[in-house]
Amino acid sequence: MNSLPENDSKGEVSFLVNGRETKLLAHPMERLLDVLRNNLGLTGTKEGCGEGECGSCSVLLDGMLVNSCLVPVAQASGASIVTIEGISTHDLMNPLQEAFLECGGAQCGICTPGMILAAVHLLEKKPEPVLADIREGLAGNLCRCTGYMQIFEAVANAVRRKVAK
Amino acid sequence: MSVPHIIGASVPRKEGRDKVTGAARYVDDMVLPGMLHGATVRSSVPRGKIKNISFGPGVDWNEFVVVTAKDIPGKNCIALILDDQPCLASETVNHAEEPILLLAHADRHKLRNAVEAVTIEYESLPSVHTMEESERQSTIIWGDDNILKRYLVEKGDIDAVWKEAAHIVEGEYFTGAQEQLYIENNGVIAAFDPGSGVTVWGSLQCPYYVHKALMALCGLPEDKVRVVQMETGGAFGGKEEYPSMIAGHAALLAIKSSKPVKIIYDRTEDMVATTKRHPSRTRHRTAVSKDGKILGGEIEFTIDGGAYATLSSVVLSRGTIHAGGPYYWPSVRIRTKAVATNTPPHGAFRGFGAPQSLFALERHMDRIAQVVGISPIEVRQRNFLKTGQTTTTEQTIQEQIDLHRLLDRALELSDYHAKKTRFAEENKNGLRKKGIGIAAFLHGAGFTGSGERYLNSLVGVEAGVDGVVRVLVSSAEFGQGTNTILCQIAAEALGLPYENVAIAQPDTTVVPNSGPTVASRTAMIVGKLVQSAATGIKLTLAKAGVLAGDYTAEQFRAACREYIAKHGELKSYVRYESPGDVFWDDEKYRGEAYAAFAWAIYIAEVTVDLTTYSVTVDDFVALQEIGKVLNPVLAEGQITGGVAQAIGFALYENVVWQHGRMLNNQMTNYIMPTSVDLPPIRVFFEEHGNVHGAHGAKGIGELPMDGPAPAIVNAVEDALGLRFDSIPLLPEDLYEALRDESVDQAVPSPVRGMA
Repeated sequence: MNSLPENDSKGEVSFLVNGRETKLLAHPMERLLDVLRNNLGLTGTKEGCGEGECGSCSVLLDGMLVNSCLVPVAQASGASIVTIEGISTHDLMNPLQEAFLECGGAQCGICTPGMILAAVHLLEKKPEPVLADIREGLAGNLCRCTGYMQIFEAVANAVRRKVAK
Repeated sequence: MSVPHIIGASVPRKEGRDKVTGAARYVDDMVLPGMLHGATVRSSVPRGKIKNISFGPGVDWNEFVVVTAKDIPGKNCIALILDDQPCLASETVNHAEEPILLLAHADRHKLRNAVEAVTIEYESLPSVHTMEESERQSTIIWGDDNILKRYLVEKGDIDAVWKEAAHIVEGEYFTGAQEQLYIENNGVIAAFDPGSGVTVWGSLQCPYYVHKALMALCGLPEDKVRVVQMETGGAFGGKEEYPSMIAGHAALLAIKSSKPVKIIYDRTEDMVATTKRHPSRTRHRTAVSKDGKILGGEIEFTIDGGAYATLSSVVLSRGTIHAGGPYYWPSVRIRTKAVATNTPPHGAFRGFGAPQSLFALERHMDRIAQVVGISPIEVRQRNFLKTGQTTTTEQTIQEQIDLHRLLDRALELSDYHAKKTRFAEENKNGLRKKGIGIAAFLHGAGFTGSGERYLNSLVGVEAGVDGVVRVLVSSAEFGQGTNTILCQIAAEALGLPYENVAIAQPDTTVVPNSGPTVASRTAMIVGKLVQSAATGIKLTLAKAGVLAGDYTAEQFRAACREYIAKHGELKSYVRYESPGDVFWDDEKYRGEAYAAFAWAIYIAEVTVDLTTYSVTVDDFVALQEIGKVLNPVLAEGQITGGVAQAIGFALYENVVWQHGRMLNNQMTNYIMPTSVDLPPIRVFFEEHGNVHGAHGAKGIGELPMDGPAPAIVNAVEDALGLRFDSIPLLPEDLYEALRDESVDQAVPSPVRGMA
């Protein structure tokens, strides 16, 4: 958690969050992570380390994978942000989510939202990755439960689902 | 009715959908109206007397809730085993980062500034920071002798074997502290109401441990304390005892302020202040026959418990019992102790003492092989425990276990012999040396000895008018699959589809005390009780005459509806009953230590790069006999995750200490394996059943933590012909050893060429 000057004025920030136009008042240096969780109630984005090492707070910012704990909200002004809540509808999960569920890609679940967003990002850049690409693409997201093997399987499984479609 | 078998099927994780969609609710995702945030002011010295506490300028202290030891309504301790650890230090501090004072405020940013504005002055006292200093007893920091706990295991006449020995092999082995590094930090919310008492929601493994600790701390009766486990983002033992501390802190702030209080540690606080794996030192002295048979041995196992007793006695116990590994010792003397130092107390971490003593043993087996002049395979084959033989605690192995066959299969799966030959050839040239290493080990499931009898676990299953069955246990899900396997067991027992079975959120007002979620006991002990309780539902319905013979889920629902209309509710409870023939002597540490053991052979293949001095694990075979695989995907995930964590233990994870305080308390400089660091972890199971477990299951969660470190270090020795007996084995250590090696090139190392 950053210590912010107490009496600094808040400013208006507007951006697209999961496709929805969003305006709010926030201190410009407030972490995007906190704004998503506390102001917008999007608690699927998790804090693991607060210093950009673990990737639990990964979100997509204009299509880039970022650690939202390192992004001051002012920097996200005008951007399009996608969180874990934005990649599925109530009834229909993203193929990656289906695959994580089937292959054991989620254990405790705390790294899962960030990991899935990293996988979304990977598949956008490389729709048919080989194992080395998957390893590389997820290297910024730490998982302490799975030893990653079933996460790799899940990503490969999602690719097969997409190709099958 | 014909429901396909649910046991042995990879049904999806019960709470899986919520986890992959981000809907799962962890404690930090929860907000209560009027909630304050809490923070902890901690000691900056390893040992001293508190002389003065002052509240600095620039902060309006009237806005803050302040709690010190004086505000504790009950007993100032974390009730666990010895109750020696205060919840808040009052006169003296015994380790750095010991909690002294608590603050709460609605604004987290103001809170952070306020913590920094509190100044505590100390009169410093001499402190102890290593096991050796503690053993010297020149400064006494705990009890009369700095010894938190000792055990002595004696079997046969060890003093008589030395004269018969062809070889006496000695070795000394060390393991370092290891951080659990669950990705979700410790956190709780507490609320207080004068009528209903204290409620705590938290990230935790053992709801009833926290319940017990809060009763003592708050001076409240059983029904005035409620503990609810939220979705828990990893634990690995790290949320076994510490949640009682943080829950106590939040409860004290909530009682004083009459407002709900949330305390969420950030990563640096979690790493610097909470428990880690006990550092260890093991000394082996083994009498061996000329053909490599163990005649007897003396094992001295010492762990660093930190400043308070906490769980060290039980960690030491498991380490003690596992110190002889899967081998037959005709005679043995195992002396073990946990010593106090002025560091934050070390605590539960997956494996619980066994990874430490088994690291030493499995390195030592390779050393015995070298001294005798036989291979690492032969030394193990000649000493494997067989059915009918006794362990070091004189427990007769009843299970039909064939370690020879298990070893042969692992050798085949890893292509051991061909690789061994090829590496020996290839290592003659180049700067990349390859090696392959083995570890054979076992892990006992459930509480040790009489532990399960004392726990006396109670499990419930209830059915509703909708025919949905709910499992009632305090066993918590934190990634390992508790929810899923217990629902599978209940579904199988009732012949219902998996979807018709749910599990209650662990809440002490709803679920009975099925014991703590530890010690690889959930599948075996709690699973068996769930099976009985679920069967009880079926029997109750049959007895009432509303359900007969084969039935469909619809008929089951109708029967539940009819029964509940008449009797109000449909619940079935089952309490643990000790198998009658179990003998355990707590005084002599002799008898049946565990109802069942899981057995394993792990083989690691490594490359040591002589340019970077780094070790890469290239392939990993994990073969284990675990009784029965209840859910293949979850079981495999337990093994791959445990192996990964143990690769970290062996090669990466180094806690840097300074005056008893962790210096590298960040993910930036405490390094755990990433997705690019790990080999393919190839998991194989054998299932021989187990009469004590549900459908033959044994424990599985901790097992994979035990074997990888010695297998990897054995492989490094195979690659380099150099001995390493301390982990983590870092590039710096390799650099130093290889530099010394090149200096001493004229003098051949006694080990070289014998691997």
